[in-house]
Amino acid sequence: MRIRTAGVVAVLGLALAASGCGNSGSDKPAAKESAKATGGKLVIWADDKRTAALKPFAEEFGKENGVTVEVQAVSKDLQTNFVTASQQGSGPDVVVGAHDWIGNLVQNGAIDPVQLAAEQKSAFNETAIKAVTFNGQLYGVPYATENVALIRNTELAPEAPKTIEDLVAAGKKLKAEKKASEILCLQSGQNGDAYHIYPLYTSGGGYLFGTTANGDYDPKDLGVGKPESIAAFQKIAKLGEKGDGALKRSITGENSIATFTGKKCAFLVSGPWAIADAKKANIKYDISPVPGFAGGKEAQPFVGVQAFYVAAKGKNKALAQEFVTNYVTKPELAVALYKAEPRPPALTAAFDQVKGEDPDLAKFSEAGKNGQVLPAIPAMAAIWDPFGKAEAAVIGGADPAKTITAAGKTIAGQIK
Amino acid sequence: MSTSLSGPGSAMQAPGRGPVRTGLPRKSRNARNHAPITATGLVVKVILLGLVAGIAIWAAFPLIEAKMWVGLGILAATTAGLFYLYLTRRHIPAKYLVPGTLFLLAFQVIPILYTATTAFTNFGDGHRGSKDDAIVAIQTSSVKQVPGSTEYSLSIATKGDPQTGSLAFLLSDAKTKEVFAGDAGGLRKLDAGQVTVSPTGKITAADGYTVLNFGQASGRSKEITDLVVPTSGGAIRSNGLSRAYEGRAVRAYDAGCDCIKDNETGKTWTADEKTGAFVAADGERLAQGWKVNVGFKNFSRVLTDPNISRPFFGTLLWNFAFAIGSTGLTFLLGMAVALALHSPRMRGTNLYRVLLILPYAMPSFAMLLVWRDMFNTDFGLINNLFGLGVDWFGEAWTARAAVLLVQLWLGYPYMFLVATGALQAIPRELTEATSVDGASPWQSFRAVTLPLLLVALSPLLISSFAYNFNNVNAILLTTEGGPFPADNPTNGATDLLITYTYRLAFGAQGAEYGLATTVSVFIFAIVAVVATISFRRTRKLEEVYS
Repeated sequence: MRIRTAGVVAVLGLALAASGCGNSGSDKPAAKESAKATGGKLVIWADDKRTAALKPFAEEFGKENGVTVEVQAVSKDLQTNFVTASQQGSGPDVVVGAHDWIGNLVQNGAIDPVQLAAEQKSAFNETAIKAVTFNGQLYGVPYATENVALIRNTELAPEAPKTIEDLVAAGKKLKAEKKASEILCLQSGQNGDAYHIYPLYTSGGGYLFGTTANGDYDPKDLGVGKPESIAAFQKIAKLGEKGDGALKRSITGENSIATFTGKKCAFLVSGPWAIADAKKANIKYDISPVPGFAGGKEAQPFVGVQAFYVAAKGKNKALAQEFVTNYVTKPELAVALYKAEPRPPALTAAFDQVKGEDPDLAKFSEAGKNGQVLPAIPAMAAIWDPFGKAEAAVIGGADPAKTITAAGKTIAGQIK
Repeated sequence: MSTSLSGPGSAMQAPGRGPVRTGLPRKSRNARNHAPITATGLVVKVILLGLVAGIAIWAAFPLIEAKMWVGLGILAATTAGLFYLYLTRRHIPAKYLVPGTLFLLAFQVIPILYTATTAFTNFGDGHRGSKDDAIVAIQTSSVKQVPGSTEYSLSIATKGDPQTGSLAFLLSDAKTKEVFAGDAGGLRKLDAGQVTVSPTGKITAADGYTVLNFGQASGRSKEITDLVVPTSGGAIRSNGLSRAYEGRAVRAYDAGCDCIKDNETGKTWTADEKTGAFVAADGERLAQGWKVNVGFKNFSRVLTDPNISRPFFGTLLWNFAFAIGSTGLTFLLGMAVALALHSPRMRGTNLYRVLLILPYAMPSFAMLLVWRDMFNTDFGLINNLFGLGVDWFGEAWTARAAVLLVQLWLGYPYMFLVATGALQAIPRELTEATSVDGASPWQSFRAVTLPLLLVALSPLLISSFAYNFNNVNAILLTTEGGPFPADNPTNGATDLLITYTYRLAFGAQGAEYGLATTVSVFIFAIVAVVATISFRRTRKLEEVYS
């Protein structure tokens, strides 16, 4: 009896194991097939919106060339996921993302430089090419640029303010007339927002990093904590909660655009992504550069660039290079991506093509003309958090000199 | 009295302990008596063992492919051990213990060991892979186009079979219309008559070669990327499948001096095995580093870096206050509501119960975000409703109160549920007996109901404490650790140790997993000590009342 049960169990177990074998056996041809397909398979990682726009083009590229192209949406922490996956060898061949990732992707050996011919390079907006250049090498093929501008409700504020002081005066008047409840919608939140405050910081005379002889950002020359940065924050403090009340910590990334579209403030500092909401709310708006302080320097927003990168550890690098250097450089793709999300295309030809249909585009790119390329050096990662918190503290009424000096020390301590 | 007390006590423990206790002896008795094996039992056994075999086979292929023989050995030994264990009639206790032990190993012990070992490394951004990875990355990222060199149109070709034949680059120069064939041996000029060139400049056919289409070529992608055609100035490399350029790796690794040399500037960076980076004489280091063992460096940094150690104890104190406050307040409110609804004079208790459980039924992620917006100074519901102007998240104590309030709202339904269950298991005769003896309701609650409740709920309170001690979401989704003092942006008033670690690990200069795991080890030690002490005390409690 005992032996018999054991025997039955053994036989059945073996049968199941064999069925497991059978399964993996039937997997094998599939594996072979997919090995054939991996030969001709290109995997692209992008965020949700871009995935949708890329899909038709990726499929077309696949059809034209007899390969399979898979566009996979990674909706959260694309950069971190990409770095981790590529370290494990399970990453994609091509990844789409912002240019300020480059420093981190390069130090982790996750992307390779791309080689563009001179005539290909010249088809792009100069700033965009500069943004994806890191340590003298081109690391990505840009497709769109983005920067913030001042969006104003023309019913409330027909005139574009020339200085921040004009803006505050206009905003205060509207507030006194009860036409608006806020002077300016510039998002800060309790922890600040370095990206949106940056035009005012530069107008006040501050800078983040100095530049080396060849025009790269120099992490050794940190501008935060220097007298210029303190002066800039003293000007910002005057706009803060204890001053004019134009800058407030209660205006956050979540409510800033909604407050503007709710007609509670006449001025919004935001990027092209805010336009869809403004249109939906039937706001009559106009776009102009973010104004600077009267008698101050020019207000320079950050210019960010979205780009395609070739993964260093991709399984199909040759095809990835082919796609990125020869297919992404076509204006048709740039136009399609623009339609998925209206950011100015980096390809001059594509930009000119959509400019006619969309007057906002030219205005945004005009506002970003004097902008500064968002630093892609790894040291930039150390800036965001302390800088933003210092900004929030100053807006809340903290002493600018003490706060910015401390922030500068923290940042310097974190830059290796 | 004591017998009737132990009755409900053990009844309440039934869900957790009963099956094991009652199941184990019965089964072993069966085995000893050689009771017949039921058909269902046999089928279940076969299916489960078959699954084990299936999983083992599924896991074996990648291991073999990666040549991980140690891993394969462990897999084989584990599978064989499992089969032996469940096919023999002996080792009854092991049959019960092994699955739990395996899962404990897989999901608890190994992650903890991995965390602890990571704490001794510099694992993080810029130091993720091996030294070889770093060298490859440095060399490939230094490949530059030779100035003034030719841009070629490229076709990939093979001699013979497209899948196996030796690869060659067929190159054409758009300007001079010259055509070449290149392979690892070098560049060879081709006779224009031997080739067909398309209007776009690409070679579409050549004598003696099979030109590959993209699909065929991309099947041999790795070989194409690896193929370099040596030239006098550098090497011709493919750039995708239709262009080629003459490039040169400016930086190269020299094993002799264990350093990276830049052959344009002559600068060298020597490997520093202590920091896992190539460092030049002037202190400049290359961005691409590798993972090394750094010993106790992370531990000493946690203890000595004033930015970490100075706020550590303040944060620890608040962390305890937060965990105790969240657990204690939710327990008090939950129990109070449960007691109120437990009263036989209460009408419509079911409706109340449904309403009270609602906060528990909503996803806490979304609720935390909603609460965050409700605390907004100018636009938040709370200030608008009560006509206040409180800067909730801007002041340390209001922020702490706000966080606790949110925790209370999110957490009390759970305590209400478990307290209701525990209350129903306490026989009413007991409280009735106390009232007969002349005790006031408060006395009878203190002397009878509360101790019995605590016996049942203590383990839940401890686990709730441990959970709240590391409750990242409650902080990151509301205050993000703020408000921060103006002179210290790294540590805020509502920061828990875990959110603080999160910021240290991922906030600045990319991810620093080594440092983060070190702080986790400290947190683990703290929670372990607290839990041990509490469980000891609980056991005493059980002994007293049972």
